[in-house]
Amino acid sequence: MNVTWVLAWRNLWRHGRRTWLTVGAMVFCNLLLVFMISLQLGSYQMMINNSLAMVSGHLQVQHRDFMADQRMRDSVPAVAALADSVREALGTEAVAARGQAFALASSEDRSFGVLITGVQPLYEPSVSSFPGLVSRGRYLQADDRDAIVIGAVLARNLQVDLGGELTFLGSGRDGSFAAGVATVVGIVDTGIADIDRVVAQVPLVWFQDVFTMADAGHAVVVRLDELDAVPAAVSTVSSLLAADGDLRVLDWDALQPGLRQAIQSDMASGWLMYGVLILLVAFSVLNTQLMSVLERTREFGVMLALGMSPGRLARLVGIETLLMASLGLALGLFLGALLIWYLSVAGFTYPGMEEMAARFNMDERMYPEVSLLALAWGPVTVFVFTLLAAVYPSLRLFRLQPVAAMRAV
Amino acid sequence: MGGVSRIVAVLAWRNLWRNYRRTLIMLLAIGIGVWAMIFMSALMRGMTDQMVHNGLAVLPGEVQIHHPRYRSDPSVVNSMPSPTGELLAALEKPPVSAWAARVRVPAVIASERDSRGVTLLGVDPAAERALGSLPDEILQGRFLTDAADRGVVLGASLARKLDTELGKRVVIMSQDPDNNVADRGSRVVGIYRARLASNEEQFVYAGREVLQQMLTIGTAVSEVAVSANDYRQVDSWAPAIEDAAGDNLEVLTWMELDTFLSSMLSMQDGFTLILMVVIFVALSFGLVNTLAMAVFERVREIGLMQALGMRPSLILYQLLLESLYLLVLGLILGNGLAWLTIKPLESGIDISGVAQGMEMMGMGTTLYPALAYQDMLMSTAVVIVLGLLASLLPAWRAARLDPVRALNKT
Repeated sequence: MNVTWVLAWRNLWRHGRRTWLTVGAMVFCNLLLVFMISLQLGSYQMMINNSLAMVSGHLQVQHRDFMADQRMRDSVPAVAALADSVREALGTEAVAARGQAFALASSEDRSFGVLITGVQPLYEPSVSSFPGLVSRGRYLQADDRDAIVIGAVLARNLQVDLGGELTFLGSGRDGSFAAGVATVVGIVDTGIADIDRVVAQVPLVWFQDVFTMADAGHAVVVRLDELDAVPAAVSTVSSLLAADGDLRVLDWDALQPGLRQAIQSDMASGWLMYGVLILLVAFSVLNTQLMSVLERTREFGVMLALGMSPGRLARLVGIETLLMASLGLALGLFLGALLIWYLSVAGFTYPGMEEMAARFNMDERMYPEVSLLALAWGPVTVFVFTLLAAVYPSLRLFRLQPVAAMRAV
Repeated sequence: MGGVSRIVAVLAWRNLWRNYRRTLIMLLAIGIGVWAMIFMSALMRGMTDQMVHNGLAVLPGEVQIHHPRYRSDPSVVNSMPSPTGELLAALEKPPVSAWAARVRVPAVIASERDSRGVTLLGVDPAAERALGSLPDEILQGRFLTDAADRGVVLGASLARKLDTELGKRVVIMSQDPDNNVADRGSRVVGIYRARLASNEEQFVYAGREVLQQMLTIGTAVSEVAVSANDYRQVDSWAPAIEDAAGDNLEVLTWMELDTFLSSMLSMQDGFTLILMVVIFVALSFGLVNTLAMAVFERVREIGLMQALGMRPSLILYQLLLESLYLLVLGLILGNGLAWLTIKPLESGIDISGVAQGMEMMGMGTTLYPALAYQDMLMSTAVVIVLGLLASLLPAWRAARLDPVRALNKT
């Protein structure tokens, strides 16, 4: 048995350059896959986390019709109390009640339609990344009433600054005329113009007053530590709600369906590319192994004549491929790990990335996902396909006739 | 010389088929590589085309004229006078095919049930129709008849969210230049559908003259959109408009208005090239290996040819020719495959399963792969040039063999 391995190893180095070229093909492909897959997964993480932290949280309790049309009357009654019981059931602080309404906001010189969100100043910072992004002034505090925090672009459009007053005109939940005046206490700069143009947060209690919501709101938002915890949390929260009631628990996928689909379509196009690369490497290995079998026809003829079984010869060729593939795998993993390490320190960017980032709620540099999965996925797939590529050359050995083979040129 | 090169050409061709299995595998590899290059660039091109198309639909006209402060402060205060004199003359002559002046202000629209923040467009239907910037489809009712039409046209999605319907009244509120709230009640005369749901929710159409009256801005407008029907050629005529508009107005092309679109478009060719080179490099390992093997097993033969007086340059030529045959056959296979797979798909691939994700990218529910001849040309150039470069090394080594040693090789 041992002899076969030694033989296989030596056979590999009879054509050192050829072996290195084939291994080179594998390593190149491995590195490319590690590079693309780790950045891809990393950017998904970033997209998901940024979007969830910024807007929706991991799950929300809403009126069942609110998601589709966001109508004001599809509200959650006693929203703060519900948030308290959810907080207790999940054992986490990161649960906050929100309400939202459209209104015309007017400063001294300008008027804009804005989406006003009523938030709980005490809990909002643990649910959303907004409060941490206040660039000037401060975030809302527990005893604030007619205070408002707005996005930087909105502030510029409305031409207001800290301490300025904004008048709101809109309609209340019952269709009545709603009006209120709030003082700007903070300005948020997320760097994403689309968000900075629309953010306007006021304390929930004041919001409920102005828009005649009584104790109702529109959502209870929950932020969890990781995506994996979402399904369990959904069932916990669902059990708190009356089964035949109007309230529903929505997870992040339901809240932002575009997100998963954008990821899916990106994955699909990514895998087309990976598939092609892996196929090309497999062809390269197939050719190499076929050559190495064909050129040794005489040698194999002798070995068969000496009584070696075709099965053992096939195993020899298989082991050669295995050794070569392992070399490619080992080098690929090692260099791939170095690559991921470098990227995780330096980040990756390309021309046009900035526009992309602004559009997709990402940072301006991509960082790879540092995980065994991101590292090993590509190289292991290449490894498997490389082994498969050796099947055809090995099978040919069974058709060799010793006498004819020994006479082959 | 002519006779010699014909012989070399025949030799190269026959050599290629001495080990037909190897050649076929390599051909298949090159074919798949080339197919992947073209197919993937066609998908990418299809996506970009659609993004640009949808992007331009939201952004009527390839050139827009505004008050210089309008873009940073899109308020009614920063309106511009309706085009007159020199600017009007420039807009009326070719290559400009259509132009429209519109009022475009942020507003709040309220039904009796709910209210929303929207962008209010005061348009002149005839001019917008020429510009091609009207909604894709009117689902119910009609579009505005003229600039003095007193009704409003809403997107289907907005109408649903406002809980209103055709024939009902809505209130539109915005500010006049003195920052007084200007509002008026209007009847919903039409409901439209747009390719992207987000547009349906954002844009509300009203008659231009009606809005001008409501906002008390006389004949002033917010923007003038200009089109010459080809977004790629915009740089050739935009400067003339800019001159005519004078210093008090800002004239911007779509590339400056939507930097995401223009950077996508300018990155497109770069991305395609990178994609092709990457696929080729993966391919080249096999190519070099195959050729190196072909040389290796023919060392004695090459030594003999040299001993018989064949010049090294001819050997180099012969091997490069062999490689060229392989590449050309692979290219024919790959291009053929690409053509066969893309042509049936050109009527569109249904991707409505991921529609909302696509909408994030500014795309509709169907992806139209675009087979562009420049992509086929580019892949051919990449494969031939890089392929010959990669073959140079083994061929060069073969040409430099020492005849005596080569002949004695076992």
